[in-house]
Amino acid sequence: MSFSVAEVRKDFPIFERTIRDGKRLVYLDSGATSQKPWAVINAESDFYSKHNAAVHRGAHQLAEEATDAYEGARAIVAEFLGAQDNEIIFTKSATESINAVAYAMGNAEPGNRFALTASDSIVVTEMEHHANLIPWQQLAKRTGAQLNWFKVTQDSRLDLSNIDQLITANTKVVAITHQSNVLGTINPLDAIVKRAHEVGAVVVLDACQSVPHMRVNVVELDVDFLAFSGHKSVGPTGVGILWGKSELLSELPPFLTGGSMVTSVTMESATWAEAPQKFEAGVPNMAQAVGLGAALNYLSNIGMDAIAQHERSLTGYALDKLLQIPGLRIVGPQNNVDRGAALSFTIKDIHPHDVGQYVDSQGIAVRTGHHCAWPLTKIMNVPATTRASFYLYNDEHDVDALVEALLGAQKYFGKF
Amino acid sequence: MELDSLYQEVILDHYKHPQHKGLRSEYSAQVHHVNPSCGDEITLNLTVSDGLISAISWDGQGCSISQASVSILGDLLTGKTFSQAEVVVNAFSELMASKGTAAGNPEILEDAVAFAGVSKFPGRVKCALLGWMAFKDAAIQSQGESK
Repeated sequence: MSFSVAEVRKDFPIFERTIRDGKRLVYLDSGATSQKPWAVINAESDFYSKHNAAVHRGAHQLAEEATDAYEGARAIVAEFLGAQDNEIIFTKSATESINAVAYAMGNAEPGNRFALTASDSIVVTEMEHHANLIPWQQLAKRTGAQLNWFKVTQDSRLDLSNIDQLITANTKVVAITHQSNVLGTINPLDAIVKRAHEVGAVVVLDACQSVPHMRVNVVELDVDFLAFSGHKSVGPTGVGILWGKSELLSELPPFLTGGSMVTSVTMESATWAEAPQKFEAGVPNMAQAVGLGAALNYLSNIGMDAIAQHERSLTGYALDKLLQIPGLRIVGPQNNVDRGAALSFTIKDIHPHDVGQYVDSQGIAVRTGHHCAWPLTKIMNVPATTRASFYLYNDEHDVDALVEALLGAQKYFGKF
Repeated sequence: MELDSLYQEVILDHYKHPQHKGLRSEYSAQVHHVNPSCGDEITLNLTVSDGLISAISWDGQGCSISQASVSILGDLLTGKTFSQAEVVVNAFSELMASKGTAAGNPEILEDAVAFAGVSKFPGRVKCALLGWMAFKDAAIQSQGESK
């Protein structure tokens, strides 16, 4: 159930380089994007160098090999999530996945279960990333539906006290993050899914910060749609996943239309293929999908439970160390219960950008700003935060380096 | 250390003791600018009398670079005509676009030459320019009204 971080780091070529004049790279920005192992880089490269052809078309060997590789990747993703192959849709990003659902719902005609009117409501939370907020704001605007949201408590948890008033018989969609990219909070899905299904609403889960870091099984979670991105899961950029329950994907109209997603076309109209083809118009991002397959195999070989356990103990270690720094405030749960490995914080009298700049000078990569969750940073009453986010290739040395650099920043900015 | 070229003493001094901070109630134009990549924001009031920039006041939140930059801007541009100010603004914009290759003309930029090091850090150029873009906007607004 455990693995050697030193061995894992050997799989990631980026750790062979140094930063800012020879310093060891301490990469604490996996919440934004993860680094890539050779297995992924080679898989993408091999696709281009050996098997490249347009999938699902072409009567030649390369087309067959490309299709096998692409559909093989789909099967890997399906197994990773505990889903069926035909429930896995390749998109260009998690953002596109969520937009695909929101736009598809906007395309639903009256009578379709996804059609929204002014009497319907969409429920989100205050801790959503912009990617799981703005598409729903826009859908609400286009359809006249109401947008409501769960509030965040002072201890960085969702306030479920008014769940029955928020999720009502009029609610069609509940869109929620599995784990906040800012706070690290892991949300209690059971209660929300139960209530949503009682009233006939679908649950759209933003799993960008959970799927790369813990075992996620869509059948166990019983959500209805799920989105995650390849590049946060040690996979390539330019590929995301939309998963949906197959009976829902049958009813959901397409978002993008064009080649590959049809059964018949005349000059006046067209009919749609079954999912997943219905949602994959055009020649897809084949090399990236294949790279994502390699990425998920890489993670599975190490073991998602082992990765989650590793990150959990590292988060506990980091919380203890960080909270000893005078003037440091954790923006997110202070304890290691139902929280992931994204640690946002502020330091008294030093703006997060200046913190980020100083730690960068020590070879440490962190994120600063509002982390694409502007409403949340306002609610937490901070102008911005610094965020350290951990992954399987980080260890206690990285945490120690961060702590030392933060103390250094205090000294550096205090001397003037 | 490379970092010292970014955090010049004059910059940190203005950050600790910002000038022209606190909005004046009388103004010819008021603008609000935000850096959407980080959330830094500034409100800038520009007061014009007899064709001169008689006062610049501001309020906002942000990093040391953005706060010091607008503080120095206030020092530099107060008392100037718009055409004199334009020379300074253009010189500052050029310095910020120089990617570390220019030192800035101290005759025109005075204390603002301290920002030369910022141009080496592409992620921070926007911070330095926040107040200057706000000033440009306010200048256009106030001149538009006077015509």
